[in-house]
Amino acid sequence: MSEGTRTIEVNYLARVEGEGALHLRIEQDRLVAAQLRIFEPPRFFEALLRGRDFREAPDITARICGICPVAYLMSACAAMEDLCGVEVSAPIADLRRLLYCGEWIESHVLHIFMLHLPDFMGYPDAVRIARDHPELVRMGLRLKKAGNAIVALLGGREIHPINVRLGGFYRAPKRADLLALRAELEWALGAAEQTVARVSALAFPDFERDYEFVALRHPEHYPMNTGRLVSSRGVDLPVTGYDDYLQEHHEVHSTALQSRTASGGVVHLGPLARYALNRDRLTPRARAAADAAGLGAQVCNPFRSIVVRAVEVVLAFEEALRLVDAYREFDLPALPVELRPGVGYGATEAPRGTLYHRYTVDQDGLITDAKIVAPTAVNQAVIEADLRHYLEPNLHLPDDTLRGVCETAIRNYDPCISCSAHFLKLDVERD
Amino acid sequence: MDRPRIIGIGNPSRCDDGVGPWLAGQLAGRLGPQAQVLTLGNDGLSLLDAFRGAQEVLLLDAVQSGAPAGTVHRLDAAAAPLPPDWLRCSTHLLGASEAVELARALGDLPEKLTVYGIEGADFGLGEGLSTPVAVAAAALVEEIIRQYTQASHA
Repeated sequence: MSEGTRTIEVNYLARVEGEGALHLRIEQDRLVAAQLRIFEPPRFFEALLRGRDFREAPDITARICGICPVAYLMSACAAMEDLCGVEVSAPIADLRRLLYCGEWIESHVLHIFMLHLPDFMGYPDAVRIARDHPELVRMGLRLKKAGNAIVALLGGREIHPINVRLGGFYRAPKRADLLALRAELEWALGAAEQTVARVSALAFPDFERDYEFVALRHPEHYPMNTGRLVSSRGVDLPVTGYDDYLQEHHEVHSTALQSRTASGGVVHLGPLARYALNRDRLTPRARAAADAAGLGAQVCNPFRSIVVRAVEVVLAFEEALRLVDAYREFDLPALPVELRPGVGYGATEAPRGTLYHRYTVDQDGLITDAKIVAPTAVNQAVIEADLRHYLEPNLHLPDDTLRGVCETAIRNYDPCISCSAHFLKLDVERD
Repeated sequence: MDRPRIIGIGNPSRCDDGVGPWLAGQLAGRLGPQAQVLTLGNDGLSLLDAFRGAQEVLLLDAVQSGAPAGTVHRLDAAAAPLPPDWLRCSTHLLGASEAVELARALGDLPEKLTVYGIEGADFGLGEGLSTPVAVAAAALVEEIIRQYTQASHA
């Protein structure tokens, strides 16, 4: 280790969604700053929603993200249906879960094969992997396409679905159309199991942390659309209690808000958290895949998140097959939703973690206040903490090595920086 | 003989980034059944599907290479790799250049792949092409029509 001060900058983080950078400052063998700098411009969706009709919230917020629009649709529907006292019927809930499976598949597969795998296989990008392992990349592309097919069928198109509304869907699919997906889903389930086996054999840094995991928990299923908010430190709340538990604050180096618990704790959302809190809810083949991959009761090495993501892909295909097989056509694709002014709360499990929406709606049905907390905004603090803990004992490594590991560590969370950059607190000081 | 496939890529809500779809629209109207015309957004992965089964592809996209606005770059992508990040106008997913290289790595590149990249000036929010890009795009439509008309007479 050389004397003096080293500053390591990663000016643009490659292979993450949105624009962010990493700033590390090392003084005399001590790490004094590890900041994930998010400079994606704030997008003011919460302000945009004010004055809009409450029924528009799902479609407007879906535009926050091109990778997880279903999560926004579902959290907005959950919040508005909570407000109006509507509980959707079982067939509608099943279709929504199937739609969510499609999104998990699309998002997780893209991240595993195109964004994260190059780090572990020692390639600069997926194109270079394709030259040496074309069959692997082809498998990833076909898996993603199977997810796209689910979203396109239920949502009306692959990106930014247009078939979702408060109370359900505009149109329910034909049974024959869902069954037409079956053969490809069968293939995909097997391919997803192979993916778990393949990624679990990668070499991971020896690094574990004691996280406060937070995710939804449902009485029967691995969580997607509904559940209570639970944590590995004993929290168990209805979604209406979210704001008492997690609070947002602004850091000057970022346009995204960060979240902490009321006592200042840093929490971890996403696949590792879902897995740790819901392992008993895994589907049989997903659990077998997790066991075969050697995943225990919880995974505390964030670099192994790629394995847990792959397990969730198995689960999503297994669930998709179950839901397709059980589907029977039904008459009422959406329940009527009558306005009830007040405050509505909704949270669902986006691929990157719990996505929370809260809306206040007046007697005319217009939104007067909106709060949207994207999982990456919450995870920003835990990403920085991972970086600090990983770097402290490794400061002797050359800058290039540190830079590479830091980028991999950030990609552990598949951060969606565009989604998280939703608010900027601007203080202007004048004489 | 298979018809050539013409693919316009870009986002028409981002001013000059919409030049690919604009060109595709013009060419679809003028060439009729002579060509198969597709319009895609900025997701490079969809390009891999769009190449499937095509022998001859014409790819139309906006570029930012630092050349004067309205410059038309013509590349034989079947012969040589595209410059990295050259057609990248989106922070989402794969850029078109990466998608072409991914198709090449997988052995899925069409036999003949010509890329026309039109240097853009304005990639801000809004619709409509800037003047230099509109002028260049109009001339490019005529040139492509001429090529295909001559080819069909040959």
